[in-house]
Amino acid sequence: MVYLTRVEHFNAAHKLYNPGWSRERNEEVFGKCANENWHGHNYELYVTIKGEPDPDTGFLFDAKRLSGIIREHVIEKLDHKNLNIEVDFLQGKMCSTENLVIGIWQQLAPHIPSWVRLHGIKLLETPRIFVEYFGE
Amino acid sequence: MKEASKKLAAKVAVFRREHFNAAHRIFNPAWDDAKNAEVFGKCSNPNYHGHNYELVVKVTGVPDPDTGYVMDMKLLSGITREEVLEKFDHRNLNLDTAYFRDLNPTAEHIAMVIYDLLRARIDPALDLQVRLYETDRNFVEYPA
Repeated sequence: MVYLTRVEHFNAAHKLYNPGWSRERNEEVFGKCANENWHGHNYELYVTIKGEPDPDTGFLFDAKRLSGIIREHVIEKLDHKNLNIEVDFLQGKMCSTENLVIGIWQQLAPHIPSWVRLHGIKLLETPRIFVEYFGE
Repeated sequence: MKEASKKLAAKVAVFRREHFNAAHRIFNPAWDDAKNAEVFGKCSNPNYHGHNYELVVKVTGVPDPDTGYVMDMKLLSGITREEVLEKFDHRNLNLDTAYFRDLNPTAEHIAMVIYDLLRARIDPALDLQVRLYETDRNFVEYPA
């Protein structure tokens, strides 16, 4: 079994704000992350797939094709966007890094070819804050 | 130390690194949305996007003979927090700060604004330069 990781990145605005709560309650729970006028991040995305290398190519999967899948189904929807307003798969959800990584998994999973498996996704919101999701 | 003692009048640069997260939109208010979109592309998204900004503040001068310091780094950190982080961190640069109402918040302009804010608080005998990273691969320096 070999694990292959492709790294991509995107920049986006968001806020942590529960519309069912008062402004005061949001500020109490989310602090400055609840700023109504948004703030933003440079996100780093690590997508890891696993499987056995193809005997003919030596590849688990063409990393360039993996990059193309991530760009088409994830980066184009997120890069230079407002996550709360403009992203279809986050509508009605809190825009936490946790929910974002689950959403990215759901976007990617149907497009990963059958002979490899999506192993895990790591998403960095800042160099010191990141989440991981393994589809569990 | 002997060699160092001969260089008491030599200048040394000291650096302090800080970071802040902010939303912005590259937007020239003198142009309409179509022209902004044409020139700035996705960076002009009316719903904003954002960055983790890394700021490196460089202060250059002769170390004080009594302390050995060019500048007390704790003092420099405090000034940077007050003048930059408290104003910009987790803010919308276009909407939440006074500096970019009429000034396009490009990395170039943000670095110039930060320089002016810090310059007013740092000993004029010391040289100041700021380097601002908008992403790992895009960064600016002022003064050039």
